[in-house]
Parts: sequence; structure tokens; C-alpha cells
Amino acid sequence: MDRVSTNGVAIEFRDVSYVSPTGQEVLSRLNLEVFRGETFVLLGRSGSGKTTTLKLINRLLSPSAGEVRVDDAATAGVDVIALRRRIGYVIQDVGLFPHFTVERNIALVPRIAGWAEDRIRERVQELLQLVGLEPQLVSRYPRQLSGGQRQRVGVARALAADPATLLMDEPFGSLDPLTRDELQREFLRLQQHLHKTVVFVTHDVGEALRLGSRVALMEAGRLVTVLAPQEFLRASDPWVAAYVKAFKAGLDSAANRGRE
Amino acid sequence: MNLFQFMVENHDQVLELTLEHLWLVGISTLLAVLIGIPLGIVIAHWPVLNKPVLASANIIQTIPSLALFGFLLPLPWLGERADRLAILALTLYALLPLIRNTYTGIRGVDPAVVEAGRGMGLTDRQLLFQVELPLAVSVILSGVRVAVVISVGLATIAAAIGAGGLGEFIFRGLAMVNNQLILAGAIPAAALALLADTSLGWLEKRLRPQ
Repeated sequence: MDRVSTNGVAIEFRDVSYVSPTGQEVLSRLNLEVFRGETFVLLGRSGSGKTTTLKLINRLLSPSAGEVRVDDAATAGVDVIALRRRIGYVIQDVGLFPHFTVERNIALVPRIAGWAEDRIRERVQELLQLVGLEPQLVSRYPRQLSGGQRQRVGVARALAADPATLLMDEPFGSLDPLTRDELQREFLRLQQHLHKTVVFVTHDVGEALRLGSRVALMEAGRLVTVLAPQEFLRASDPWVAAYVKAFKAGLDSAANRGRE
Repeated sequence: MNLFQFMVENHDQVLELTLEHLWLVGISTLLAVLIGIPLGIVIAHWPVLNKPVLASANIIQTIPSLALFGFLLPLPWLGERADRLAILALTLYALLPLIRNTYTGIRGVDPAVVEAGRGMGLTDRQLLFQVELPLAVSVILSGVRVAVVISVGLATIAAAIGAGGLGEFIFRGLAMVNNQLILAGAIPAAALALLADTSLGWLEKRLRPQ
């Protein structure tokens, strides 16, 4: 496993708190750094604040206190539309536009950014190949695709304008285990030669350990710890140990049942 | 003299009143679309305004049409001509289905789709025109359809204040206790309503996403 060393900070949270419109404190005094080119996994239960953390990066939400910095600039001070266009965004429900063909979905950001049509066509073909989809799918609508294909289109769409950063919110959460495994493998293959800065949200320990350069464990709006996957399995922190235990319990019980 | 004979012999007048009727319905629907759809868009994005706007449109809807014509009569400029009055009243009645359906249509767009669009850097305007409206279009159109059908029916009452339309036959028939005359107004009006309903229904189906 190649660990990414400190080759520049891409995203930084400085004492970030977020209070929801209903007055609930979702995040409290979060501090973290995401390095350029690494896959930074936010792991935690539902409601632990992972998705909120992600949305603070592309300013779908704004911090109630503290500062979020992307590429050395506070997000509060930059044009939000420009910020979002240089950050790819993939969500669990994919959010493909149902009335757009695959081609128009993938070409969305390049088109609003005013690329020439030739270049867009070329880019779409290149991306389809990259995410392992057949070229003739371009004229299909999302409803005509399988769940795995839709998710691939979602990834292609996020990569379209070649953003340096990718935010992924449980992108493989709703897929069946085999398709998920396949997409996780493809993700690793892609990341090996794209070296994007990826912030990846999941509640699946196995997925976190498999994909992450580093895994950040969150609980109740706080960052518990940030560890490399190898350290994670050995860590003594009770929260981490609980996750590891739950993870291993699944494997053990399956093994035991085989022995009965 | 049967109804068919009457229609043939008076085809000039039947045609004229039908066209008048269409004009009242067409202009008022157009105005209602121009006001109602933007209002629906506004309240879909600013939920605070949702209740007062929908409540007002609802209240208008409950005013009996003859009473509304009466209320509007003293208004300057509008009160001068019966067709202006009729158009205003019909516009007001058509607002509710348009506002409500635009609101429902936009709120019904899958939040994941809107979120993804926003996250990728679409401006509010791009989100509205490329995502929300295209996905809401069939719901909005079904609002137009309801509005038109209501208007075709209501426009017959416009004849009571002298605005013309097929209601002329109906009111004349009522005054003269002549069923044929009533039917000469009612049947073309019903046919117009059916025609509008079917053609807009067809369009709605064509434009429905998925």
C-alpha cells in the first residue's frame, strides 16, 4: 500500500463547527487536513456528521464557526459556483438527471463551462472508457441503466472537467455486494493513475480500509481519530476497537458457521 | 326546428361566439400562466411565501363567479369594457391550479438530483431551467389543463355582464325558455372543454420525463 506523504494540503478544516437550522450542533470544532492525491475516508455511523463535513467542502453548507480551506483559500471567500466546478461530486443516489442522456449527464459541467463541442465529445468517450462503460451507452437515459452503470456514469460526470478534488458520499452504498466489489476495485485502479484528492464518506469499515489512504473515524460530530488502514486494525482507541470488533464479528461468524 | 338546423342556419353567429369564447379563455389562460408559473416558482424556493400565496389563490377560487364579476365592475379602465372584466376574473380563477401545480411539480423533483446539480456548480438559474422546470413540466401542464377546462366553463357566465362568448346563447335561451338555444351554447362549450382537455393531455404525456 502506497501511503501518501505530506505533499501539500488540499483541504483543511480549522475549528469548524456546524449548527443545523434546527439548532442542533452537528459538528463541533473539527480540525483535519486532507493531503493532495490521497483518499481520505470519513467513517462513522449515520448522523455522525460525515456527510455534513463533505458538504462543507463544496459549500453546500457553510460553517457556523471556523474555516474550511480548499487549495489554501477559505471557501467563504471564493466564488461558490467556481469552487464547486473544480470539485467533483458523487452521491449515493447518483443524482443523474433523469431527462438527460448519459452523454448530456457526463458533459454537464464541460458544457456549462463553455467547452467546444468537439472537445466535449472526445472527453465523453474518454471518460466512458475510463469508467468501463461501452461507448454506445451515450444515448441511453439513466433509467435504462443498471445500478452499477449509473454509478459509473456518476463518477464519469464528476471527473468530466478534470477536477483535482473529488467528493464521494457513500457512492457504492446502494449497490449489491458483487457490483460494489467490482466498483471498489475499479476505484482503486482509477485512483492509481489519476491521483485525485478524494474525500470518501462511508459507514462500511471494510470499504474504508480497502479504499482509504487514511481513515478518519467520526462519532457524534467529533473526529475521533485519523489512522492509516494498517494502524486502524491495531488501534487501542475504544471507538476504533468497537468498529474493528463489529467488522471482525461479521467475518468470524461466517467462518464459524462454516465449521458447524 | 332541431338543434342541428339551428346551428347550420346560424353558423355565422355560432362561429363568432365560439371565437369570442376562445379569445376570453385564451387571453386569460395566457395571463394566468405568465403570473401563476413565476409565482409557483417563487413559492417553491421561498417556503415562507407558500402559505399566504396559496391561501389567497384559494380564497379567490371560492368567490362565486357572478359575485366576482360584480365586485370588479366599479374598477376604473377595467369596468369600462365587459371583456376586460371577464378576462380579469377568468385569470384570477385560473391562478390556483397553475400556482399549485408549479409548486408541486418543482417540489416533487428528486432532491438528490437537485443536490447533485448544485454540488456540481449549477447556478440557481441553470438549476431552474435545466433541471427543475423540465422535470416539473408535465405537472405544470396538467395545471394548465385544469385551468383551461375551468375557464371554458366559467367563460359562459361572462355573457351575464355582456362580455360575449357562448354564454350569450345560454342566457338568451334561459330568458326565452328555449332549450335548443341553451344547447347551442352549451354543446360547443363542452366540445371546446373536451378538445382542450384531450390535446393538453396528449402534450402532457409527450413531455413527461421518463
